[in-house]
Parts: sequence; structure tokens; C-alpha cells
Amino acid sequence: MSALEQMYQQVILDHAKHPHGRGLVEAGDPATGHRSGESHQVNPTCGDEITLRVDVRTDAEGTTVAGVSWEGQGCSISQASASVMTELVTGQDLAGIARLDAVFHDLMASRGKGLDDDEALDALGDASAFTGVSQYPARIKCALLGWAALKDSLARSGALAS
Amino acid sequence: MTTTETVRPAGAVPIDATVVDWDAVRADFPLLGRTVRGGRPLVYLDSAATSQKPNVVLEAEVDFYEQRNAAVHRGAHQLAEEATEAFEEARESVAALVGADAGELVWTPGATAAINLVAYALSNATAGRGGAAAERFRLAPGDEIVVTEAEHHANLVPWQELCARTGAVLRWFGVDDEGRIDVSDPASVITDRTRVVAFGHVSNVTGAVAPVAEFVAAARRVGALTVLDACQSVPHLPVDLHALGVDFAAFSAHKMLGPTGVGVLYGRRELLEAMPPVTTGGSMVEVVTMDSTTYAPPPQRFEAGTQMVAQAVGMGVAARWLAELGMDAVAAHERALAAELVKIAEIPGVRVIGPADARDRLAVVSFVVDGVHAHDVSQVLDDQGIAVRVGHHCAQPLHRRFGVAATARASASVYTTVEEIAAFREALAGVRAFFGVED
Repeated sequence: MSALEQMYQQVILDHAKHPHGRGLVEAGDPATGHRSGESHQVNPTCGDEITLRVDVRTDAEGTTVAGVSWEGQGCSISQASASVMTELVTGQDLAGIARLDAVFHDLMASRGKGLDDDEALDALGDASAFTGVSQYPARIKCALLGWAALKDSLARSGALAS
Repeated sequence: MTTTETVRPAGAVPIDATVVDWDAVRADFPLLGRTVRGGRPLVYLDSAATSQKPNVVLEAEVDFYEQRNAAVHRGAHQLAEEATEAFEEARESVAALVGADAGELVWTPGATAAINLVAYALSNATAGRGGAAAERFRLAPGDEIVVTEAEHHANLVPWQELCARTGAVLRWFGVDDEGRIDVSDPASVITDRTRVVAFGHVSNVTGAVAPVAEFVAAARRVGALTVLDACQSVPHLPVDLHALGVDFAAFSAHKMLGPTGVGVLYGRRELLEAMPPVTTGGSMVEVVTMDSTTYAPPPQRFEAGTQMVAQAVGMGVAARWLAELGMDAVAAHERALAAELVKIAEIPGVRVIGPADARDRLAVVSFVVDGVHAHDVSQVLDDQGIAVRVGHHCAQPLHRRFGVAATARASASVYTTVEEIAAFREALAGVRAFFGVED
């Protein structure tokens, strides 16, 4: 497989064509423990942008992400990454999301080598397909755009402080 | 320079592109011989961002550091004399290329710095600096500064900032669907309140050549200053600044086969003489006391601090090299390349942003591919060794005008070949299939 094919794996192209979470959705009722945060992120080098809304729910069990929705425009890498991330983090608690975020950032910093930690890589699911992107420094930002919007919207929701 | 002797027969004056041996020209650019992405030959189509450099320019910088390096315009030793001579000869070479006098050229770190220099000089004049001579540069709230929708951010943001500092109002010419500036009714934009008209000679996105004469005539009617962003024209066209009649012009060395870190502000002599300084410090003064300072005449008044001498020398050599090729020959050669580039419009799904024909346009062609983002387009091209630019090319308003966030752009220079452009077209034709996009 060429470096180009490693980057544009079928799973990435599929997510780019049929992205999950596209289209902003209202967050749940605050009276039932929901809160929401929204973030707009821009990649100034290419003009790609994303507006992402997170729906966080707190109950007796703890705080989890009940839903992620977003809209934006961008290259196949940024669209696919936001889609994969949406699937990955929905239903996860905040600590789990922080772990996934850290592992995905490690993967993007791996310069195409991937991660030695198979368990961590497994946890990433479809997001592990982005290993090929990390060979191209100019494209790493594309893959991280959605993750940056998630982190910022979580902060804006106030969920991280509580 | 002995190098140019290999370019054309001794004594021959090139009157068209066929007189120059363009293969020999290309062979003078060492970087173009390298391979990329696993051994593929490099097809460099990003010259509008920065050009590659011929051996003569590289050697000129090395030679300066090896033989003549010293501070200029100070010191009485032999090296200081030789360095100063090289520095000022370079200014003369650049001036000769663009139809200016050497005393009308100010060295700057680049074109962006040159445009900012004018904007801040106007700002300083508005703050009362420069005395009675600088009164003509003072702006009042409600005065107008005119630009176009096609500008590079470097010829837009400095004017927005100047407006914010002075209360002046920014107005602009729009562009038509081909990206050409609509000057059918200049009086609708350039009014009695207009003080500055700033515009690009050639768009770095569409390649369209601006109607300079119309702008200059309309500005003169109301006594406004003209500022020409000549970054994309000086490397590719015969440019005669005196004949164009603009008041100021800016261009950078790195787009015209010269080094990075150096560029030029051209200003008509009487304007430079009346303009207050911007960056102050050493080398730009006459008499300094603890209370006050008087300033050197231009161009030194605008060249504070130790200058980028080796780079300036490199820019001078690049200018001489282009002049010896002949800018008419360069323009004719690149007209043929532009015609080859715009043929991409024939590829299904490819849409050119800008003039679709090769008339009044240079070999800079921006485009979108239906169903495939520009970044993804360039990645597939890059995999085949083809380097194009992607993004908004520092012209977000123009991209907004065309309803696109990003385009890909292919641009040529003296060393670009028809075969390279054919390889580019072939690779581009395969992009939609790679991403499974159908008609």
C-alpha cells in the first residue's frame, strides 16, 4: 500500500462520504441533567471550519457525553476524523474521552509509525486508520480539527470544571 | 555574469521566447533536479508562492559572504567600501529592471513590509510627523482608501489598520465572475475623498492583470496616491514603473528568483523625500542629540539598522539575470505556459477560478475539483511529485466572492516546462476517480 493509500484508507473515505454527527442537534433539557457547549474552530491555513456542539449529561452514575453534533466544511481527512470521533466519544465519560484524546494526539505525533500500545490503538477503533495521516505534517491539523472543537466545547459546557 | 552566455548566443537580442534556450535556463536551477516522494521527479508548480533560485543568485550570496562581507554605509576600510558598492549596485540593477531610478528604491524585508511602510508613513504624517512637507500625507476621518476585492491580504490588512488608526474609510472595487476587477465606473468608488488607491498588478489567485492605466487616471483625477502590489508582475512581465505612473510599488525578491528576506518599496522621489520615517534607529539619521534627530534623505531614511546586504546583492543578480533573459521573452514564454495551464478547464469536474482564457492573464491558475476538497486534490498530486498550493492563498475575500473556502493553484515561472504542465493535467484528471467521485 502506498503512503497515499495508507492515508486515504477506505474507512476514512467512507466516513468522509457519509459522516456521523453532521447537522447540529439541540442538547437535552437542563432539567434532566443535560448541559451543552459549542465551539467554532478554523484551520487558518486552508479555511476549513467546524462548529461542534456537545451534549453532556450528569446523573448519579457520573458525567457522560450524550451526543455530539457538528457542521462544517473541509477536506476528507477533517470530515472523516470528526465523524469517527463522534462515534467514538458518544456515551463515554469525561475521563475516557480525555484518554482517547491523548492517544489520538500521540498517534498524530507518531510520524507514520503508529503506536506500540496495541490496547490503546484498539480503543481508538476506526480512528486508528488515521495512522497514515501522521506521515504528512501538513495534514495532521486536519485530523485534529474536530478533536479541538470537542475539547473546547466540553470546556465551554462547564462539564470539565464540575 | 558568464552564466547567461549559455542561455543565448552572444550578441543576440531575444525578441521572442524562441530565441532563449529554456532548457539551459532550467538547468541553472539546482533544486529542480531533485526528486520527491520516493524518487519521483519534482514538478514544481508553486512559483507564485516562491520561486526557485538559479545558481548565479546562490553563488552571489556565497561570494558576498566569502569575499566582501562588511557593514555598508559606514567604516572606511576596503571591505566596507566593496560591500557598500555591491549593495548599491544591486539597487541599480533592480531599479533598471523596473524602470525606476536607484534613489527611488528602498530595501525592505519584503513586499509586505514595503506596503506597511507606506501605511505607517501616512499614519505618522497624520500624527503630525514630517512637518509641512508631509502634510500631503495626512488623513482625516472620512477620507477614503480604495482597494479591490482581489487583493492579497498584504495589500488589504495594512489599509484596514490604517483606517482604524486614522478614521479613514475603506472602499473597494468588486470583481466579475471571471475575477477581473470591474472598473467600468471608477468614479463610483474613487471619489473626491479618496486619498489612496492600492491594487495588485496581477492577482496571485486568478492571474488576471489589473487595468493599471484606469486606476492611475482615476486616482490622479482626485489627487489620490497609487500603491501597486507588483509581486506577481515583476517576475513575469516587462514592468516600467515610470511609464505606469504609479506613486508607490512593492515587490519581493523571493518570487523573482532572488533570496527570501528582501524586497523593495518604490516611491516617486518627491514623495519619498516628503515622507516621514517609520522604523527609526541607526543608519537613517543625520544629526542626533539627546533632544532631537534629523533624518537622512531617502532611501536611507527608510533603511534603519543593519540591512540584509547579502540578500540585496542576490536580488540585484536575480534582476540582472531576468533583464539579460529579456522580460519580453520571459512574458512570451510564460504566455505559452498559461495557455497550457488553463487547459485544465477541459477536464471533467475541474472549474477554473478566474479568466478561462489566456488573455490578459499570467500563468497562475486556481481551480476547484467538484466533489474533492483542494487539500485532497493536492495530496494526490503531491504523491506524483507535483507541487501545487492549496488554501485561500492569502486572499480570503476573493475566495468568499467565489463561494469557495479553498482552491488549489498551479503557477509557473521561467523554468517551468510544457511537459511538466502536461504531467500535472494528467494527474489532475485522475483525482476524482481516486476519491470515487462520479459525474
